[in-house]
Amino acid sequence: MKAVVLYLHVHQPFRIRHYTIFDSGVKHDYFDSDAENDTNNERILHKVAHKSYLPTNARLLEILKENPDFKLSLSITGTVLEQLERWSPEALKSFQDLCATGRVEIVAETYHHSLAFFYSRSEFEMQVDMHRRKIEELFGQTPKVFRNTELSYNNDLAVWADQAGYKGILTEGWDPVLQWRSPNFVYRPANTENIRLLMKNYKLSDDIAFRFGDHDWAEYPLTADKFSHWMSEDHNATNFNLFMDYETFGEHQWEHTGVFDFLQQLPREWSKTEGNTFMTVSEAIDNFQPVDKVDVPQTITWADTERDLSAWLGNGMQGSSIQALYDMQDRILGTGDLALIEDWRKLQTSDHFYYMCTKWFNDGDIHAYFSPYDTPYEAYMNFMNAYRDLQTRLAEKGMAV
Amino acid sequence: MKILMLGWELPPHNSGGLGIACYQLCKALSKKSVDIEFVLPYNADHGIDFMHITAAHPQGVAEVLRSGIAYDSYKYILEDGQETWIDIFGQQQLYEHAVARLVESREFDIVHAHDWLTFRAALRVKELKNCPIILHVHSVESDRSGGPHGNPYVKEIEAVALHMADRVIAVSQRTKDAIVRDYGVPADKIEVVHNSIDPQGFEPLDGDNAYRYLSIMKSLGYRVVTNIGRLTIQKGLPNLLRAAQKVVQHHPKTLFLIVGSGEQLYELIDLAADLGIGPNVIFTDFQRGKNWRDAFGIGDLFVMPSVSEPFGLTPLEAIGYGSPALVSKQSGVSEVLNNCLKVDFWDIDEMANKIAAVMQSDVLRDELAQNGYREFERMSWDHVSDKVHNLYVEHSQGAPA
Repeated sequence: MKAVVLYLHVHQPFRIRHYTIFDSGVKHDYFDSDAENDTNNERILHKVAHKSYLPTNARLLEILKENPDFKLSLSITGTVLEQLERWSPEALKSFQDLCATGRVEIVAETYHHSLAFFYSRSEFEMQVDMHRRKIEELFGQTPKVFRNTELSYNNDLAVWADQAGYKGILTEGWDPVLQWRSPNFVYRPANTENIRLLMKNYKLSDDIAFRFGDHDWAEYPLTADKFSHWMSEDHNATNFNLFMDYETFGEHQWEHTGVFDFLQQLPREWSKTEGNTFMTVSEAIDNFQPVDKVDVPQTITWADTERDLSAWLGNGMQGSSIQALYDMQDRILGTGDLALIEDWRKLQTSDHFYYMCTKWFNDGDIHAYFSPYDTPYEAYMNFMNAYRDLQTRLAEKGMAV
Repeated sequence: MKILMLGWELPPHNSGGLGIACYQLCKALSKKSVDIEFVLPYNADHGIDFMHITAAHPQGVAEVLRSGIAYDSYKYILEDGQETWIDIFGQQQLYEHAVARLVESREFDIVHAHDWLTFRAALRVKELKNCPIILHVHSVESDRSGGPHGNPYVKEIEAVALHMADRVIAVSQRTKDAIVRDYGVPADKIEVVHNSIDPQGFEPLDGDNAYRYLSIMKSLGYRVVTNIGRLTIQKGLPNLLRAAQKVVQHHPKTLFLIVGSGEQLYELIDLAADLGIGPNVIFTDFQRGKNWRDAFGIGDLFVMPSVSEPFGLTPLEAIGYGSPALVSKQSGVSEVLNNCLKVDFWDIDEMANKIAAVMQSDVLRDELAQNGYREFERMSWDHVSDKVHNLYVEHSQGAPA
């Protein structure tokens, strides 16, 4: 038996508006841009809902009805769920309809899409718990498999997830980690017994996520027939882990590229061969035995050619601003002020630090880089002024800043 | 006495100290019954009644509009309605031709020209009218370029014109020394006439500081260091940030407010973050009006760390708004101001030492501020115009010496 394990990640951050030093200590509305620009979260959510969430979910629901073998997994962050509740209940309902089929599994993660694991274990656990409760409330299921922000992963994370009772964890199928091995199997993380590891087949995943609409790609146009054939050529494989951003469908690859039709054709083509099926992440873990142990002492992610955290933490602006934010933890939590605590958490979303990344900006290759700001420096200035406002709110509560 | 004054900018259209110095000098001279025609390279309404302002146009030009700072391009609107942009060198030549046409119909005793952009025009007038020319040096090319390797074309103009001048005015002893050093101009031809400030011309603070964040932090025991100016190599900001790192180590409750824009902005943001003092350093970008005044007002110490500053007006403005000043010894203002702290721009340890001393002692801060203010109150452009007037008398043709 061979299974396609399709896993899509849904996320939107609360972007910080143009927030100046003259706002610090005066207004606390960091996330409420009223301008006609790319920091207006409501506008962006509407745009993505109409270009991606609504049409993709409509197709996925059709496929689920048409093909009883089709299954998939989703991770949906707390920050995007809040935005859907507030600005697009219709799109939220479309996700709930998918889950109601019983063939869509939700994956656990941090509510705020944060890098808290690397800075504060207690805060990290709190956010994972917040996310679990939000998923239970909206989708009526309890996640059993964990993914950390940006598929960041190391041995310590696996040990944590094992002890927390997860049956599986997801990460990148990065060559220096796998060495001669294939990502198309289930693995066991180092230093653990119970938990299993699923690693992204980045070649196949990126064929869809990045190369699908590229006319210069040698394999263009990619058809479901061709794609199924590629998978069939690996005779020993058990599971093909196709992990990607949900927004691949309709946002990164626009509808006119034919990506929705590809999605609909893939189960038809793949299921033509006896023994081929689809599985959720839990099912893959339940059905296949681990073939080997994988040791990852250094943190890996699914990002960039480096597959590390350098896009989030690589420069001084990123490192010092995130450290300053986590240094506030005890005082922020000590206020018991829920609005203040939530603003602090929304500032932990990894996207804020990604916008400060200069490695592409310095190369002049700013097209490789999605940001609502003109420069990484503006991202940093806005973030730090919001941080400074948190300081003044601590001061008002009589806390040290 | 009739003076033909050749200048490049006047308030409110000035990019820096040059326009303000010209304005204040002419205003003071007009009280001594000096009749000034001030020739600018552009049209604008200045609201000035104490002298006659003329825009020098080459033939066929209806209007000249400047785009921003003095080193930017100019937009020429021709008489036939066409528009064209001209760079700083082209503009300078056009100014020369226009001034040459203008003086055909003018009688005057002396030409007084400010900085290199007008020097070619001054030489041309001397050639045409055989009148004395006084060249006023507010900065030389080695100041502006932060070292000996300036623009060779600019250096050529400065060298020739300063040798041909009947008299040279330097805004400080260090500027005089630079003229002698860089161009070999005989020292006895150069008169040092320091700039000054008009204490009566200060718009007062309104008691409600725009930097709410800093007000709150000051009430919590923080102290604020300010710098206001262009973020360019001449101003020496990297050394201030390196000193700031040392200050923060000893006195963590120190904040640095950097007001201004310039080509070093991003570099300085990076540097502050790399030095680990990102949260302590606030970059506001360019500010004017109330936000500009309040930056002086909120400071516990104003620091001007310039590598090379022919005069340097901002420390006097800071003192006028109640903040003491630390200035680099490589500034003209350090020659006339006694009640301030002084440091070599390259001596980061000593800069940190002096900043920390003020941060840790409000007594020291207040003593410096009060005594500096007494000096400030005695300053006047009238003393400056006396000296300039004496030079006019000395050089005017046929006038009694």
